Amino acid sequence: MEKEVLLMKGNEAIALAAIRYGVDGYFGYPITPQSEILETLTLEKPWETTGMVVLQAESEVASINMVYGGAGTGKKVMTSSSSPGMSLMQEGVSYIAGAELPCLLVNVMRGGPGLGTIQPSQADYFQSVKGGGHGDYRVITLAPNSVQEMADFVKLGFDLAFKYRNPALILSDGVIGQMMEKIVLPEQVKRRTDEEVVKQCPWAATGHTKDRKPNWITSLELSPEEMEKNNIRFQEKYKEIEKNEVLYEEIQCEDADYLIVAFGSMARIGSKAIEIAREQGIKVGLLRPITLWPFPKDIISEYADKVKGMLSLEINAGQMVEDVRLTVNGRIPVEHFGRLGGIVPDPDKVVEALKAKIIQ
Amino acid sequence: MAKIRGTIVVNTERCKGCNLCVVACPVHIITLQKEVNRKGYNYAQLINEEACIGCASCATVCPDGCIEVYKIKMDK
Amino acid sequence: MTKEEIISQGTLAYKKPTLLNDTQMHYCPGCSHGVVHKLVAEVIEEMGMEDKALGISPVGCAVFIYKYIDIDWEEAAHGRAPALATAMKRLWNDRLVFTYQGDGDLACIGTGETIHALNRGENITIIFINNAIYGMTGGQMAPTTLMGMKTSTSPFGRDAKLHGYPLHITEIAATLEGTAYVSRQSVESVAAIRKAKKAIRKAFDYSMAGKGSNLVEIVSTCNSGWKMSPEKANEWMKENMFDYYPKGDLKDIGAE
Repeated sequence: MEKEVLLMKGNEAIALAAIRYGVDGYFGYPITPQSEILETLTLEKPWETTGMVVLQAESEVASINMVYGGAGTGKKVMTSSSSPGMSLMQEGVSYIAGAELPCLLVNVMRGGPGLGTIQPSQADYFQSVKGGGHGDYRVITLAPNSVQEMADFVKLGFDLAFKYRNPALILSDGVIGQMMEKIVLPEQVKRRTDEEVVKQCPWAATGHTKDRKPNWITSLELSPEEMEKNNIRFQEKYKEIEKNEVLYEEIQCEDADYLIVAFGSMARIGSKAIEIAREQGIKVGLLRPITLWPFPKDIISEYADKVKGMLSLEINAGQMVEDVRLTVNGRIPVEHFGRLGGIVPDPDKVVEALKAKIIQ
Repeated sequence: MAKIRGTIVVNTERCKGCNLCVVACPVHIITLQKEVNRKGYNYAQLINEEACIGCASCATVCPDGCIEVYKIKMDK
Repeated sequence: MTKEEIISQGTLAYKKPTLLNDTQMHYCPGCSHGVVHKLVAEVIEEMGMEDKALGISPVGCAVFIYKYIDIDWEEAAHGRAPALATAMKRLWNDRLVFTYQGDGDLACIGTGETIHALNRGENITIIFINNAIYGMTGGQMAPTTLMGMKTSTSPFGRDAKLHGYPLHITEIAATLEGTAYVSRQSVESVAAIRKAKKAIRKAFDYSMAGKGSNLVEIVSTCNSGWKMSPEKANEWMKENMFDYYPKGDLKDIGAE
């Protein structure tokens, strides 16, 4: 059977993919530029078809705590927001990570700090990959660069979240959320029954049956020895994720003298930039981290021994560049180029920056 | 006339000596002991077995659920 | 008749509910929490909902309630229990979902979540322990602290000019269209405890019947925070708290 190709926004793709993937609950609060996710879900009325719960919460604080509540019962639950809303959610994300629960978060980034702008940005990189809230924890961070990936990463995000009982985040931006592209939606999957949830998630708070101890979903542990053990367990889990789940894309890297490192919408600008550079005889490749955490350290480290310099292309003042530099560890020059205030850099300017900052 | 006889069993190690059962007892037959339990609390004890009517007031107000109450109807 | 004969030949008139396990509770001697814990456990047992009850514990003294009542629990961030309960009940419609929260948790940092969960008519119950103080953190002023009442952060007494007025959140709850049953009770005497238990039962029954959201406030003591004996604290509560927080049903859609 031929697959149906549709045209839609990245935000709409996330909403429809969530229904198709059998998500149990979405809890969200309107904020530009991601409100189409909640709007699409309420228009689709999945509670009448798949039985998915969709609720507009009173705030992002409530949304993330609804996600915490639902995740603790083993259900597939998610929320979405944009930068200021994600800041409000960080406490909840910390609790979810501390209680080791699976859930999916979506951040369609806009410029900050503060109320900032509704224009696209990638300035929440630090918040996303370094934990974001209080305590030593990590969030699996996926960076889609197309409407298709917005849809595909719903499944990927939930699969990783449940595999490791850890929050996963789709870190998108206003460009990917708002632009329209063709897309093939995933097949409709049946939502798990309550019995299947109980079976798959023996750790969840689903009702205490006599065959097991009561389940406590909590991040609290007052005994320092036990709390240290918990933290060590988290860190071991994070190491496993770093070992197993790194994803990236390489474009024309084989013969490259220089590398542009860019994620999400900037990877699209970057791919045009390498084309322009190659027309001018400069051999540039593009390395696109798909998982921002775990960060593709090994491949970047390999290229540090092959290329003469790297340019980290981001719509922020230079955040991912720090991780690239840590990985490269001084072997070759690593510089940042980006625009601020919601301005998306022009590919020509990227090539100019590459010449000025790296090639000289 | 039927008379109710009752008695209580105090989990003395669980008791925190809060005295609320002493106050609640309508026939005033519970006191806190001079002796303490392993946590250092003066625990509650029945001091007049004959007078207990098994009303369970003490057990109802006990915040720690330390008291079990038994009763029996005596035909006399 | 000896004590042993009464025990062996007589009937068991009272025993703590089985759901309330043997773990020693961390509460101060005479704390109201213990009594309310017993009532919650008794009502769940009487309803036969042991395997269907999902509790949400707060931040505050009752944070460890999950260690004492043997059902499944989630421990919420400070004030957010009603948000957790909202999702849990919507995702598990046949479960008995309730929160157990103090005045600081529910009426201060979590006011938003409380009002909106109640106003949406979530089929949940909120058990609200109001002892007019932040117990766990050491007796600071709460939104429900009485006028003139001394606490560690209102050492000269609550003053309207400095601190504003006590929040009557239960009265607010009764005005919300989403609430089915709103009641204020206490647990200082056998009679009061029996009424409080009936209120909790009704709230749980309404939750399961899908009538809307339910709030049972228990006006309580914090004898450590108030710096009184448990007995004196009960007396003080009766003399001072009940004027501010009058007992009884504030709303019952079943009675209308």
